Amino acid sequence: MSEHHHDHDHDHEHDDRPGPHGAPLSDVQLRVRALESLLVDKGLVDPKALDTLIDTYETKVGPRNGARVVAKAWLDPAFKQRLLADSTAAIAELGYIGRQGEDMVVLENTPKVHNVVVCTLCSCYPWPVLGLPPVWYKSGPYRARTVIDPRGVLREFGVDLADDVEVRVWDSTAELRYLVLPERPVGTEGMTEEQLADFVTRDSMIGVARVNPPRR
Amino acid sequence: MNGIHDLGGMHGFGPVDPEPNEPVFHHEWERRAFALNLATGFLGRWNIDMGRYAREHMPPAEYLATTYYEHWLYGLERLLVEKGLVTANELATMRQNGRAQGLRAIAVEDVPMMLRNRRAARMGDRLAPPRFKAGDRVRTKNLHPTGHTRLPRYARDKIGVVDRDHGVFILPDEHAKSGTKVPAHCYAVRFEGPELWGPHAGPRDAVYVDCFEPYLEPAP
Repeated sequence: MSEHHHDHDHDHEHDDRPGPHGAPLSDVQLRVRALESLLVDKGLVDPKALDTLIDTYETKVGPRNGARVVAKAWLDPAFKQRLLADSTAAIAELGYIGRQGEDMVVLENTPKVHNVVVCTLCSCYPWPVLGLPPVWYKSGPYRARTVIDPRGVLREFGVDLADDVEVRVWDSTAELRYLVLPERPVGTEGMTEEQLADFVTRDSMIGVARVNPPRR
Repeated sequence: MNGIHDLGGMHGFGPVDPEPNEPVFHHEWERRAFALNLATGFLGRWNIDMGRYAREHMPPAEYLATTYYEHWLYGLERLLVEKGLVTANELATMRQNGRAQGLRAIAVEDVPMMLRNRRAARMGDRLAPPRFKAGDRVRTKNLHPTGHTRLPRYARDKIGVVDRDHGVFILPDEHAKSGTKVPAHCYAVRFEGPELWGPHAGPRDAVYVDCFEPYLEPAP
């Protein structure tokens, strides 16, 4: 979970807008702050509820959940079967339910079929199993190119597919949310679910990466 | 609407630029903008399709020049005024002219239940009989509505094959317009690369698009 833990004293973090230390707040910072005050004054939002929402998606829900689903599917053939037949129900067995994951579809990668997920229209993403999407997933290059040049995009992520591998791009245009079940790497025999979950990456569950065998 | 949000198939964006060890949020204002969107959405004055449609109205040049949570902020401000939660004057001055009537802010203790939502857009399968089944050849209609739609431009007037019937879901187009929940089967439709992109597309590449039944007609 270390990638989700976060230091909150970072108002200036990665700020790509004007305003180094001590400089005035940027327009967007000021605007959001003013809007929150307005909505609080009007009785429409409670700032403590905002804190809880932020904390949930910043520290509690993330790709570690999806990694557990994948690891369990690798180890338990009956679970894998349920996962592919009724993804929502199987994922709920592990307690992962809720917003932006109400209707899940799991796609299995094999040596001959590679699935990759995109949302060309906005940023649809399976929150309960992967958390909030990374910036690149929501950005122009990925949304524009993945449907027209999937192999080029995958190559940039380090996945070079042979010509005889079929690429299936899933554009999340409705309320179904897709999770890729990556191939289990060789050299992981005998590992526990917990050990396997440790090296299943977010990117492999979006379909832009393979799962690499752990370094020994 | 044929908006700038509909990016699929465009050229010129350059490489995908992943950030190693990317944090969930990059700025404090992003945290607040994210949470404000959820907390006000839970008040029930608009639905997810209205939310998406609001963001789609951002002028194209502005959309491309701003970051993701700025799109959310734009959509939120638009909805707050459109749905009467905030007046245009209040938004312009950022000062309230009266407290909201008949609405209660989401409290901390409401949050877990709000997030553990089990049912979003799915409706009863018996509300509409399916017109298509897996294996059927279909053509997407050549539609260009000014309202909200979830059929991307690159997949209009194209022939594909139904991969699976996901069941009955709320049709986003009408939901964004009036809030009415029109039941429609939603199908994963497989389009071969060359059908979408011409002869230079990879012959073993396919794109699956989730298509609502009103977007489709039978293909020979």
